[in-house]
Amino acid sequence: MPAFLRNEKVRGILYQIITIVLFVAFLFYIAQNTAHNIEQRGIKTGFAFLHATAGFDITEAPIPFSPMDTHLKVFEVGLLNTLIVSFWGIVLSSLLGLLIGVWRLSPNWLINRIAAAYIETFRNIPVLLQILFWYNVVLATLPAARHSLNFFDTIFINNRGFFMPELVFGPGSWMIGAALFLAVVAIYFTHRWAKKRQEETGEQFPVFLTAFILLIGLPLLAYLVAGRPVTAVLPELHGFNFRGGKTYTPEFLALLFALSIYTATFIAEAIRSGIEAVPKGQKEAATSLGLSPMQQLRLVILPQAVRIAIPSIINQYLNLIKNSSLAAAIGYPELVTIFAGTSLNQTGQALEILLITMLTYLLISLIVSLILNWFNAKMKIKER
Amino acid sequence: MKRLLKLSAVAALATATLAMAGTLDDVKKAGVLKCGVNTGLPGFSEADSKGQWRGLDVDYCRALAAVVLGDASKVKYVPLNAKERFTALQSGEIDVLSRNTTDTETRDTSLGINFTGVMYYDGQGFMVPKALGVKSASELDGATVCIQAGTTTELNLADYFRSHHMKFKAITFDTNDQVTKAFEAGRCDVLTTDASGLYATRTKLKNPDKYVVLPEIISKEPLAPAVRQGDDQWFDIAKWTRNALLTAEEKGVTMANVDNAKAKSTDPEVRRLLSVEGKMCENVKLPKGCFYNAIKQVGNYGEIFERNVGAKTPLKIKRGLNALWTKGGIQYSPPFR
Repeated sequence: MPAFLRNEKVRGILYQIITIVLFVAFLFYIAQNTAHNIEQRGIKTGFAFLHATAGFDITEAPIPFSPMDTHLKVFEVGLLNTLIVSFWGIVLSSLLGLLIGVWRLSPNWLINRIAAAYIETFRNIPVLLQILFWYNVVLATLPAARHSLNFFDTIFINNRGFFMPELVFGPGSWMIGAALFLAVVAIYFTHRWAKKRQEETGEQFPVFLTAFILLIGLPLLAYLVAGRPVTAVLPELHGFNFRGGKTYTPEFLALLFALSIYTATFIAEAIRSGIEAVPKGQKEAATSLGLSPMQQLRLVILPQAVRIAIPSIINQYLNLIKNSSLAAAIGYPELVTIFAGTSLNQTGQALEILLITMLTYLLISLIVSLILNWFNAKMKIKER
Repeated sequence: MKRLLKLSAVAALATATLAMAGTLDDVKKAGVLKCGVNTGLPGFSEADSKGQWRGLDVDYCRALAAVVLGDASKVKYVPLNAKERFTALQSGEIDVLSRNTTDTETRDTSLGINFTGVMYYDGQGFMVPKALGVKSASELDGATVCIQAGTTTELNLADYFRSHHMKFKAITFDTNDQVTKAFEAGRCDVLTTDASGLYATRTKLKNPDKYVVLPEIISKEPLAPAVRQGDDQWFDIAKWTRNALLTAEEKGVTMANVDNAKAKSTDPEVRRLLSVEGKMCENVKLPKGCFYNAIKQVGNYGEIFERNVGAKTPLKIKRGLNALWTKGGIQYSPPFR
């Protein structure tokens, strides 16, 4: 045995190098073999298909799409739909999860039991079944287009979806946006000023009420000053369907409900465990300071509980994004349904498309966890 | 999705030898033919209440099993949705795809598969509820259409509406059952698929009389079985199985009279078909009487058609284009010579 091999450190490095080389060789072998087999069987390969005409139509496209567009555009539409449903899913499930999590610890027996029943029911049913359930409930209970539920001729609900007025922003609308921005800035400074004043004098200022008035009042004022530039386009029954206005399809709503309701149970549990992990002394201290139960929760318990819960909530957000791919079952046109579904089938290039789709999900998840990890680091208790 | 991933992985990793090895040897060794069929389309491929698969596509599988293994029952049916079917064939999960699949240029040239010969000449049509009062496809501007993902019908639909300057909304589902359910629930105004599929789907609806099939046929849909590219021997067997069924009908050889024909027929082509003369089966490396087995156990093309989709079935489909060339249709087999 040569002398340098007797060195434990050198041997350790050597083993690692051998492992890496073997692993890379294995990957290389698989790639080679795949390419060879595909060629042998006359299956078309490459990414040229991305620029070929798709030929099919997508109903729910957030950006304009026609059958003349390419498969690349299909990918974009699918990705956008995935992001849209994931975004709203995260917002809804967070709100619902927070509510249920707090309810779960309520001293009120009924509320506590309702929350427990909710969590235990929806957490333990596969989310795919829930998606199908909500979809069939929506379709089965709502009336046909010509017998829509009609709310003041502005909102229509039927088994083709929820039809709502769409706001059209005319010239001068920028003033409303500016007013909104101004309101936010004003609220920020009011909050700072109020906090400072409270620390100095102990006097409280109704920040919440002021914020509310500013947020509503300023844009409303701008709306009137600018000469009412915003108009609403109402949905109208026209031939087979409603036209105009904003439409939420049953596919989108069923997916959103199912994902939110399912994910909320896990978030509720995370919040509950977070609250329970806050030392009892904190609550006692807050009580002795004379804070009301609501203030205790808002000012003392939740900020600490959320800190503890954040890592597991991040996981649930990532799960929700990935679970949105189950939309294929009900035909909501997100990434898996239209790109890894229809495009894959029309082009037959399964390997390439699945590779792109997997990388896309990986990238979305990595970006989301990067943002949330940064948030987590910022929220962590700073040890000075 | 998971299954698709698995299939793709198998397709990618399978060794080169598998691709080139004779499918015939594999089937003989396994003693069973793995046949990809539709998950559920009445008349073409459907499991009955006893779990027996029935239908025109299924009968082709049975005929092929009879030709290759001498026993029509030695088939393992692999139900596939439209999205899975080609990957299943490419990866070797199935030996033959007999699943109302349209033969097209793109599929033939870029998927690494070969279509053997048309079992059913079809075309795409529309079905609507009678209450809608629509009489023609040209009145469908603005309609919502339910459709199965990954099919030629999806593309034809977009083409048709585009060329007629009409608008539509497509709602796509994975399986025919989901499409049917959504249509019945009123999620869409129109259901579109191959005309045969429309008649088949209508039998599944709770109230078939409330729906009408519109007169327009907007595309050519030659439905044909497919095998992997690069295995010519297997391709020949699959192709001539179909031809044998057609020739048998043309010559009047049926399930019932095939033994009689074998013993007494003086028609040279019948004698060759039934291996009384010539080396038709030996040519494709099969034992004597291979096509006889198919006709004896499954019947000729006409019998298969009538049994599954013909006038006496709930589908009540006329022969039309699928009649023999001698009877005004376009079903035609090259000679057994």
